[in-house]
Amino acid sequence: MLDRLRFVPARLLQSVPVVFGVTVVVFFMVHLLPGNPALTILGQTATPDRVAALNTQLGLDKPLVDQYFIFLGRLFRGSLGDSLTYQRPVLELVLQAIPITLSLLVFALVLSLVISVPLAALAATAPGRGRDLAVRVFTLLGQGMPQFWVGIMLILLLGVKLRLFPVGGYGMTFGEHPYYLFLPALTLAIAMSPTTIRSLRASTINVLGSDYVGTARSKGAAGVSLFRGHVLRNAAIPTVSIIGVNLGYLVGGSLVIEKVFAIPGLGSLMINAIFTRDFPTIQAVALFVALFVIVVGILTDVVYTLIDPRVDLSSKERA
Amino acid sequence: MTTAVATAARAMRRPARSRSLRPWYRNGTLVAGLVIVGLLLLAAVLAPLLTPFDPIEQDLQNALQSPSGSHWLGTDKYGRDVLTRLLYGARVDLRIGFLAVLIPFVVGSVLGALAGYFGGWFDVVVMRIVDVFFAFPFYVLVIVLVFVLGAGESSIYLAIAAVSWVSYAKIMRGELLVAKKQDYVVAARLGGMSHGRVLIRHITPNVLSQALIYAMSDIVMDIMAIVTLGYLGLGIAPPTAEWGSMILDGQEFITTQFLQATIPGLAVVVTSLGLSLLGDGLSDLLSPERRK
Amino acid sequence: MSQGSSDVISSTGIAPADEPASTAELSRGGVPLLSVQDLSIGVRLPGGRTVSIVEGVSFDVDPGQRMGIVGESGSGKSLTLRAVAGLLPKPVEVLSGRVEYGGTDLLTMPAKRRRALMGPEIAMIFQEPMSALNPVMRVGDQIAEGPRRHLGLSAKEAGELAVSMMARTGIPDPVRRARAYPHELSGGLRQRIMIAMAVSCGPRLLLCDEPTTALDVTVQLQVLRLLERLCADTGTSLVFVTHDLAVVNQTCSELAVMYAGNIVESGRVKEVFRQPRHPYTRGLLESAPDFDRPDRELVPIPGFPPNVADRPSGCPFAPRCGYVRDHCRQSMPPLAEVAPGRQAACFESSRLTEVLA
Repeated sequence: MLDRLRFVPARLLQSVPVVFGVTVVVFFMVHLLPGNPALTILGQTATPDRVAALNTQLGLDKPLVDQYFIFLGRLFRGSLGDSLTYQRPVLELVLQAIPITLSLLVFALVLSLVISVPLAALAATAPGRGRDLAVRVFTLLGQGMPQFWVGIMLILLLGVKLRLFPVGGYGMTFGEHPYYLFLPALTLAIAMSPTTIRSLRASTINVLGSDYVGTARSKGAAGVSLFRGHVLRNAAIPTVSIIGVNLGYLVGGSLVIEKVFAIPGLGSLMINAIFTRDFPTIQAVALFVALFVIVVGILTDVVYTLIDPRVDLSSKERA
Repeated sequence: MTTAVATAARAMRRPARSRSLRPWYRNGTLVAGLVIVGLLLLAAVLAPLLTPFDPIEQDLQNALQSPSGSHWLGTDKYGRDVLTRLLYGARVDLRIGFLAVLIPFVVGSVLGALAGYFGGWFDVVVMRIVDVFFAFPFYVLVIVLVFVLGAGESSIYLAIAAVSWVSYAKIMRGELLVAKKQDYVVAARLGGMSHGRVLIRHITPNVLSQALIYAMSDIVMDIMAIVTLGYLGLGIAPPTAEWGSMILDGQEFITTQFLQATIPGLAVVVTSLGLSLLGDGLSDLLSPERRK
Repeated sequence: MSQGSSDVISSTGIAPADEPASTAELSRGGVPLLSVQDLSIGVRLPGGRTVSIVEGVSFDVDPGQRMGIVGESGSGKSLTLRAVAGLLPKPVEVLSGRVEYGGTDLLTMPAKRRRALMGPEIAMIFQEPMSALNPVMRVGDQIAEGPRRHLGLSAKEAGELAVSMMARTGIPDPVRRARAYPHELSGGLRQRIMIAMAVSCGPRLLLCDEPTTALDVTVQLQVLRLLERLCADTGTSLVFVTHDLAVVNQTCSELAVMYAGNIVESGRVKEVFRQPRHPYTRGLLESAPDFDRPDRELVPIPGFPPNVADRPSGCPFAPRCGYVRDHCRQSMPPLAEVAPGRQAACFESSRLTEVLA
């Protein structure tokens, strides 16, 4: 079992060039700004002194390639510069925000599974019939709604009208966090569920027609015990990679959703940074989000390997 | 499963076959999609004829009215007719949504096709770049790029192009990897055709459909991005009517005038529904053998 | 019948004389273990029309009896078996008829009661063990599942039972193999796992759907001997579906031949082999290689079986039959007794009296 996870170090190593590319993209973001970046960043508050100071801080007075390696060197020492707004190390701000965004994402993932698995099962056990069509309508609508709008509608319905949940914020105590995070997590879950349902529905239909489900039935298994024991794990295999890719998309969505619900995570940090032209913060958030997506990619392969004993990624070269 | 079932399946197949061979206008999904998208486009184009109001001019005395005979969907906080702004918003959102697909479609498909067909170092380089871009979630890169390039329509095109070519490249590369091993391609090459001729004459028509089907969902994604940017205040600058910024404006009055934020969102839902149906219908039409 | 003998081929294939009164005769008057009556299986099309794939099939299986059902691909033999097991693939369903187990109709029984029979009373072995085993579940757990459900064993007890069942089916090193996944085992071992799984709850009726087709010939023989031994030890009845006449000869006492959804001939294996009374059976025997007479000329049956969707009006075999007369094309010959314990569905059966062996 565990020796099938030997591929992980190799996979980490393969990610190095990608991470390298990510740092290039993050670095050059600054240099896409038209004109003198320092001047643009400072805007109306620019004075020659402040421009010069920012030029030095961002290393903008050196040749581009040098600048990149200075940036990279500082990155290796764990320094992402200081936030121009808060005058504090960006890393500190980001590390404060990460647990919040992460718990939102995990919550959303759990909720989306709670929504998707039963709906996919309902649809797959009666393809073409009424409940299958109802689930299809749900997936079409779920895909068609802008995430932030879903958030606003949930606030309107469950927050303002029914007063079941707070309309924003993160809560003060640990116990309050899940309560405050429920609506934003539900919003993301609704956005994420359609693709999961579609994939799970298709694979469940396949699995239900398979011989081994026939075998299980011939042992007297039916209903929930059949589904839990034989169908779900097999049907989940192709869905895992879909969820993996989706999580990356979800991270992007969560940034916007945090803004809607005023949750002090990475998203709020980045969007506020954009409005205050706090470039080091933008770079840091972009960098961490990209790293997160790369890690999720590797985790997806790990999960994939764990639920499907036939998969052995260490034995063959990945394309 | 054994052969008797295959026999049963054969007995069942006759209606199924006629289903895939039926003319396009008998494909309900496709027609529904075409009708919805067609009506939306028509409404956008004809907006000035459909409404007597101006989408931008303020009329503060009539601000925040509830729906009435003259203002079917009420007015916003500047007294502008919501229905009018919705129709004019369609012009902006649909135009950008449809146009934004073109560059990434062409660039991504060509790069992916060449990478898949020729392989080698070119493939490696393109795919590594794809991996890098794939690491950034769609919204993160689009938001940052639009900020860096400066708000405005051309920035949105560029930002979306920079992010979404990746998907086309991946799809086309995958298609080409399969297609180039097909007998008809091998035969064409052995028959002395040049790479260019093989690619254009034999492969493109067979693989383009997948990119085209994806493009429908990509338009939806792009419209979502434009609306989201508008909602964040990073998109098309006010006072131009745009669905996202309409939602942002309406959110202020969520407790008193919930329609303000609800209606433009519904417009997005209808649009994406139409495009999704269109995509599903196209997929039925263009590659029936891939769907169950 | 000298079952349990190690020399399967010679005991069942050649020595015909010392057959005791068959089990069917012994239990005459009693209730058969399985009684399939006038069973039709097919597909209901939208609009009420039905396409039947199996038409009016009837047969009985007595306790301890081993029945082989032989036919070409698409003859409906597997569907018949699956109907008994309640495992018809959608959209195929039973159109009419009865499937009685111990005197009770399985088809009208509440689903829950029927499921309770699956495992401890009726078990099934599938053709392709690779696809019939759950790929993500350890084989020991798959064997243990039935005993846990039906015999009320704890996980530990069921696990031990699984290991002992694996040992009984001749799997070496069963403790370690129980922790393996299906893809880690060879085809022969996988089929032994299937057999261990099927007999784990001590069923009285074992349904086999071409259980050896996917195996090498040498492994095939081992698996057949194992099946035969297990059934003989426990008095389990067997319904064995195959396209391979030699396999029936090695395993079964009774035989039913199916063609285009009908039983066209039935009787004791030895007698049918010696003197087939339906042209199709005869054709099958003449087109199959016989290890005992390698020099015999193989005669293929010309043509193809009819499409179930548009069967000819008369005998479905008529277009391919060497004995065909005009009336064969007019009406369908019924399955009728042609000799004691022998049935055939052929108007011209009396012309087939030649002894093959």
